[in-house]
Amino acid sequence: MAVRKNQATLTAKEKRDFVDAVLQLKKLGRYDAYVSTHNRFIVSDTDNGERTGHRSPSFLPWHRRFLLQFEQDLQSVNPSVTLPYWDWTADRTATAGLWAEDLLGGNGRSGDNRVTTGPFAGTGGQWTITVRPDSRDYLRRSLGTGVAQLPTRAEVESVLAVQTYDAAPWNSSSAGFRNQLEGWRGVNLHNRVHVWVGGLMGTGMSPNDPVFWLHHCFIDKLWAEWQRRHPQQGYLPTTATTNVIALNTTMKPWNDTTPADMLDHTRHYTYDSAF
Amino acid sequence: MPEAGHHAELTRRRMLQGAGVALTAAVGTAVLGLAGPTGTPAAAAGPGGNDTFDEVYRDRRIQGRPVASGHHHHGGADYTVLVDGEELHVMRNADGTWISVVNHYQPHQTPLALARAAVVELQGATLVPIA
Repeated sequence: MAVRKNQATLTAKEKRDFVDAVLQLKKLGRYDAYVSTHNRFIVSDTDNGERTGHRSPSFLPWHRRFLLQFEQDLQSVNPSVTLPYWDWTADRTATAGLWAEDLLGGNGRSGDNRVTTGPFAGTGGQWTITVRPDSRDYLRRSLGTGVAQLPTRAEVESVLAVQTYDAAPWNSSSAGFRNQLEGWRGVNLHNRVHVWVGGLMGTGMSPNDPVFWLHHCFIDKLWAEWQRRHPQQGYLPTTATTNVIALNTTMKPWNDTTPADMLDHTRHYTYDSAF
Repeated sequence: MPEAGHHAELTRRRMLQGAGVALTAAVGTAVLGLAGPTGTPAAAAGPGGNDTFDEVYRDRRIQGRPVASGHHHHGGADYTVLVDGEELHVMRNADGTWISVVNHYQPHQTPLALARAAVVELQGATLVPIA
């Protein structure tokens, strides 16, 4: 069984294998399809219309499926690779090992926010941004500028304590665990991390920054943790709901996977520890 | 008394704008918060979803205006924001706040605030036309 690990615990070889597999997908032209798909969903998921990838109950199973596909793609390059996760409650500064040269590279430089260190630096020639919102073709970050602080462990605990998975109107105004984890309401977890990283992570093309996968892997782990703590609770809605993915409704773009199919992550991978 | 009613409506709108509330109901045709290309915007929170703006912010021309529903738009927004004539993809949240393709996880109170944030984010770069 594949084990997804905290990035802070990876060996030098595990970091190298992960980075090399990501670079290989980019080189093969397969990486950018993930960026396009994500942006296509994020601009079409609306609060009062059809919504699948974001601002809706299926935010969590959609991203679980999206990450699985990406992880399987990495494994087609190197079968030993699994997605690491970034526990941003613990590794919460720009000097964390996550941002070192042997993993994701560092913060963007002042002036243009261009990342100039690590494997994904625009200067390295291996990471040209092709699916992009504007003319800049290099990876950008601005750690801690858009918002000063990453969520704390106590803030995560407060969201994990929310009993109900989601609630009508099943969008960015909902009460419930999903929307507080996503961040449109409450202490703001997932959205805030995108803003904290800044640069391309703040855009609809956020998978351009490989930290996207490590961030969402931790969000996915927090969903698993919520399930562990609330065994009597489950995905909602369970019955057909206009514009919303119910428990047994298939999700675009795969059209063969329902939230129900995604509830048990241990069919595909486990995590190295509980939160 | 139509005059008094109109005045009261304007007062109500200004009050709402001052509170930073994005308006949802179309009331009248008055356009508030309108600034010329080199104008200084009002001190209030700025235009809501029914208002128009046109200003130069940090050397970039930003414009915003409602568009008729039915106009083809990603995300179904009935509002267009332009930066130097290029469309910025925007979306309105259920609570009346706004996000754009370059600030997709950080709601702003008004389209004007969103357009200004986009200018800051772009650092002089030009938007790629919406596919």
